[in-house]
Amino acid sequence: MADCDETLHDLETYLDHELTPDALRVIQAHIEGCLTCLHAYDFHAELRLIIADKCREEPLPPGLMARIEECFGPIGPEDPGTAEQPLR
Amino acid sequence: MADRSGFAELAMPLAPQLYGAALRMTRNAADAEDLVQETYFKAYRSFGTFTEGTNLRAWLFRILTNTYINNYRAKQRRPAETELDDVEDFYLYRRLGAIEQAMAARSAEDELMDVFTDEEVKQALEALPEAFRLPVLLADVEGFSYREIAEMLDIPMGTVMSRLHRGRKAMQKSLYDFAAERGLLPPSEVDGTASDVGTETGAAQNDLDPPEPPEETEEAPATTSGPPGARR
Repeated sequence: MADCDETLHDLETYLDHELTPDALRVIQAHIEGCLTCLHAYDFHAELRLIIADKCREEPLPPGLMARIEECFGPIGPEDPGTAEQPLR
Repeated sequence: MADRSGFAELAMPLAPQLYGAALRMTRNAADAEDLVQETYFKAYRSFGTFTEGTNLRAWLFRILTNTYINNYRAKQRRPAETELDDVEDFYLYRRLGAIEQAMAARSAEDELMDVFTDEEVKQALEALPEAFRLPVLLADVEGFSYREIAEMLDIPMGTVMSRLHRGRKAMQKSLYDFAAERGLLPPSEVDGTASDVGTETGAAQNDLDPPEPPEETEEAPATTSGPPGARR
């Protein structure tokens, strides 16, 4: 089982879901049995949730939807330069 | 080959996410609108290259990120854009962890994290230099993997990891400064916490020995090197 130093060392990668299966088992086993590391995990997991929640979506400003839909017109095969033209 | 006629139906629901990311990237609404429109414009025209059944969201974010880097970064770059002060590991946790635990014990609804306003969290992210802001945005807000981010930003995975590590610490320091500025932290607790974990004492520091960003082998300390635009 990992010790607290190893657990804290791997905590960020653990929260990123990027640990190898072996490392994942080790850190999970430690956190289950260590209140100190469980608390550190909870704190950072909650912080991640808050950052994602507060930064994720933004309501579209009026008019943007229409501007996007302008892009969906037919693309003529004789018009290869279309993609290079300015948008507006 | 994906059929272009189905593009709008598949892609339009993702517009609020793309616009949110565009705002965090460009840090202003006018550029964000242009960036999103341009992303859809390019995506619609190259939809034939999208492989049906793969991740449309990742594909669109890749176009968004590329478009931002190619068209918007140059005009926004500032002299200090790749500078980032070093911040100790677990910066926020060292200062707020104990307080948060105490508050959570008092009332489940009285979470310390709730003290941060939407605006403060957005500002903390947007204040990061771009080399750090993009990885943190793509990982912590959008949930992409190291590999996906490495591909989107065209940097090695080890660089993604080290920039995430440093960017997150800097963001935590901004959040702490916001909370302290607004007087949200009881002075006694701030003082007590600060003296317990102050970097000068060294005692608490050793308990939480700073982890080196793992797998840093792909290149020399990337976070202090030039901006991604300087590569190749």
